[in-house]
Amino acid sequence: MNNNNNKIIEVRNLVKRFGNFVANDNLSFDVYKGEIFGFLGANGAGKTTAIKILSGLSYPSSGKIMVAGYDVYKQRNKIKRSIGYMSQKFSLYEDLTVRENIHFYAGIYGLPFKQIQNRTNELIEELGIQEMANKMIADLPLGWRQKLAFSVAIFHKPKIVFLDEPTSGVDPITRRQFWDMIYRSAEKGITVFVTTHYMDEAEYCDRVSIMVDGKIEALDTPTKLKENFGVNLIEDVFIKLARK
Amino acid sequence: MRVIYYILQKEFKQIFRNRIMLPIIFVIPFVQTIVFVYAATLELKNADISIMDYDKSSLSKRLISDFEASPFFEVSKIVPNNNAVSDLLLKDKAKAVILIPQGFEKDVLSLDGAAIQININAIDGQSAGLINVYIQQIVNSLAIKYLSSDINVQINTIPANAEIRSRFWYNPGLNFKYYILPGILVILVTMMGTFLTALNLVREKEMGTIEQINVTPIKKWQFITGKLLPFWIIGIIVMGFGLLIGRLLYNMPFEGSISLFFLATAIYLILAIGLGLLVSDYANTQQQVMFLLFFFFLVFVLMSGIFTSEESMPDWAQAVNRINPIYYFMKIIRAILLKGAELKNILTEMISMTVYSILVMVFAVWKYRKTH
Amino acid sequence: MKRFRGFLIKEFIHIFRDVRTMMILFLIPIAQILIFGYVIKNEIHDANVAVLDLSKDNITKEISGRIDAAPDFVVSDYLNNYSDIKEYFSSGKGAEVIVFEPNFAENFYGQDNARVQLILDASDPNLSNLINNYTSAIIQTYIADQTMSNSPNAIITTEPRMWFNEGLKSSYMFVPGTMTLILMLITAMMTSISIVREKEIGTMEILLVSPLKPLQIILGKVTPYILLSIINAISIILLGNLIFHVPIIGSTILLLGVSILFIIMALMLGVFISSVTKTQQIAMFISMFALMLPTILLSGFIFPIENMPKVLQWLSYIVPAKYYLIAIKNIMLKGVGVAFIWKEILVLMGMTFFFLILSVKKFKLYI
Repeated sequence: MNNNNNKIIEVRNLVKRFGNFVANDNLSFDVYKGEIFGFLGANGAGKTTAIKILSGLSYPSSGKIMVAGYDVYKQRNKIKRSIGYMSQKFSLYEDLTVRENIHFYAGIYGLPFKQIQNRTNELIEELGIQEMANKMIADLPLGWRQKLAFSVAIFHKPKIVFLDEPTSGVDPITRRQFWDMIYRSAEKGITVFVTTHYMDEAEYCDRVSIMVDGKIEALDTPTKLKENFGVNLIEDVFIKLARK
Repeated sequence: MRVIYYILQKEFKQIFRNRIMLPIIFVIPFVQTIVFVYAATLELKNADISIMDYDKSSLSKRLISDFEASPFFEVSKIVPNNNAVSDLLLKDKAKAVILIPQGFEKDVLSLDGAAIQININAIDGQSAGLINVYIQQIVNSLAIKYLSSDINVQINTIPANAEIRSRFWYNPGLNFKYYILPGILVILVTMMGTFLTALNLVREKEMGTIEQINVTPIKKWQFITGKLLPFWIIGIIVMGFGLLIGRLLYNMPFEGSISLFFLATAIYLILAIGLGLLVSDYANTQQQVMFLLFFFFLVFVLMSGIFTSEESMPDWAQAVNRINPIYYFMKIIRAILLKGAELKNILTEMISMTVYSILVMVFAVWKYRKTH
Repeated sequence: MKRFRGFLIKEFIHIFRDVRTMMILFLIPIAQILIFGYVIKNEIHDANVAVLDLSKDNITKEISGRIDAAPDFVVSDYLNNYSDIKEYFSSGKGAEVIVFEPNFAENFYGQDNARVQLILDASDPNLSNLINNYTSAIIQTYIADQTMSNSPNAIITTEPRMWFNEGLKSSYMFVPGTMTLILMLITAMMTSISIVREKEIGTMEILLVSPLKPLQIILGKVTPYILLSIINAISIILLGNLIFHVPIIGSTILLLGVSILFIIMALMLGVFISSVTKTQQIAMFISMFALMLPTILLSGFIFPIENMPKVLQWLSYIVPAKYYLIAIKNIMLKGVGVAFIWKEILVLMGMTFFFLILSVKKFKLYI
């Protein structure tokens, strides 16, 4: 699935410091168009910091970063138009209905009214949530909220979608369904940048990078990583790296 | 432009769906407004006083009945007993104890000068002062009646005199309510503007939804306008509502021009909301917001001239008031409501307030960061 | 017990880490006392007044001179006619216009009375009353000086004795009042917010399924605030005493004891509030507005309860602050002991238990 000619994210020497603490230590990597790129690591390794920088929520301390063809320092706004984002802290408004949430975010991204209407109905049918469409988010089960949040994040058909631990606290079946959604969007050409601490989810990615203490210690396809480290599970790759 | 519309839509929906907050925001302040106005009076009424009559003469009895007739006092006649004075005052059974000494009538008749002892519980200094003054008045008027009618007494003719007449403008009844009501409206509107805005913004911070907004291409000014506009509108409506209640319930005067009144309100709300935004820029939790605001609110309200006259404050305090937004608004509102002031009368205050509003709003918006 | 200690320590850490809130916690009472002490006064000094002299003779000039010379007044304007008055007041230039009618000096010693009008801007009724009284006094003193006639004051004199507060100092009212307000507000509010926050975040459930008993949870939450409030109370008393000379005539121990009782009651009230509210926002609003205003208005802090309409007087009976305020005023300023304030103490104890029981019940239900 690699399309070597189309880099959609380019990171060179990304450093992020908080006072004396270095959260991201000289990261360099590329993400290719249409791939599902996994960003693995233990809690506190620096994944969320990095994803916030890439999605424009935070400034890097130094480094050259290009997202969707735009420079992160000078062309933030253009980046924001081209990306979607979903965080682990839940992002839909509990006191608005499903429809109202979609309507709101779509409007902010500048979609014309008619288009919002049509796409919303499409989405509701696709997800099969017709009875829930007019319910408050607060009344939806957690699994549905996650799926909905993802759908909202890609509603405006961005080039890249950033997912920060999207499946935290969700049951295995819903997680499976969620990843189905990720696959489908990747098929449509959306690049997916996902962080997770579930090692088994690494298997679902095209390429995976493993972060330890702010540095990228390994970056390759899951298969090659397992080969290089002589193990059967990505989890074991991680354990080996963490023990170094 | 459309983007702002979407934010407005969401904000209004959220505000009106908040079933619990809504009554709390609107009902409680109004109820308290009403209670406040009736409670907030420094006029003296029905103060409990005890009188001990050692003289038991017709004059002393007349004095006592004069006290009983006064609306300021509730009189209880006590059997004369020297120890009773301190007991009555210590136990709060009376605010004042008056002793009419033996020989009172005799001394007055002989123009020797009679003395009445007054014991007042002075813990509440202001009340005590008033009680003293009213007692004096009653005693004086007895003396005057006496001088002029009862007994033929040689008195010097008064060669010179002037008649002093006092006229109280704008509030002839010295109605404390008219004084306090505008203050309450100001407090209400300030609360709406500053507290609600700040809490709302920090809440989004705490809940993380603000991140979701920050990743979108929405511009800072669009977001802020959409967020703040509802509160501005609500503030103006609340002010109007409060005004209505004031008119209907208390017949509060409205001498000036309505458009000037609402213009001032609109400008002030920008200031209040700007302050709310500013506080939310610095605070991370709702608790912090609440305390920060409460502190400044308390200080500013106390100093603004709502409860006590700004004139009586020491000079340095009056200087501090230059940065007190409530002070400006208070002055303007009172002038418009009670004195029918026109724009030219309050021009300096209006300009100061407008400049202040713009400065605060600009600074607060500048301080607001989408990216950290 | 060890669990409880661990829990307690966490609570202390929470509080002390939030530096901003802590600072404000201690600043509020100090600011309030200073403002009440130095800023809010019900006296006048250098108040601007204007003179409209329609007579312009030597007597009116003398009287105007006296008024200007008085420390309370400054004659800021000399107006020319009646129509100027409206402008003078509307622009807020001054609070009084003294109008001398024509032929003042002539009438002063003649058959008719000379007339002077005091026109006051009564939008501030208290202030205008004061100004009216002072101005009248100045004029009447002038008259008396000119005539040396008998004044009614010579016939019957009154000897007022001001008990407990000879200097009629306002600090005797506002220092105890501030203590009451601060203790009630901060204690109840802080507690309720802290507990509701745990509910909102979700950690409350964790506490409830732990071996900690509901009573222990409540006590653990409440203890740090007891300490904070005591420190607050002491600093207010010290400030009041050192700067404003508010004495503590009665027993300091009794004072502290009653204060602790009040603090505990306020805490229980805070716990109760937190047990019936779901979000911090609501808890804060209720604490602040359902507690603060009644405490300020109906406790007797600023406005004497006896002056209020009957309905409000009845309402004041359920305001806890009222009882505490009475108790500490009596202890501090009259020097009385338990014998005089047992009623108030009993009521406070009753309220404490009432809220405690309600809260424990609610917590049990929560499980």
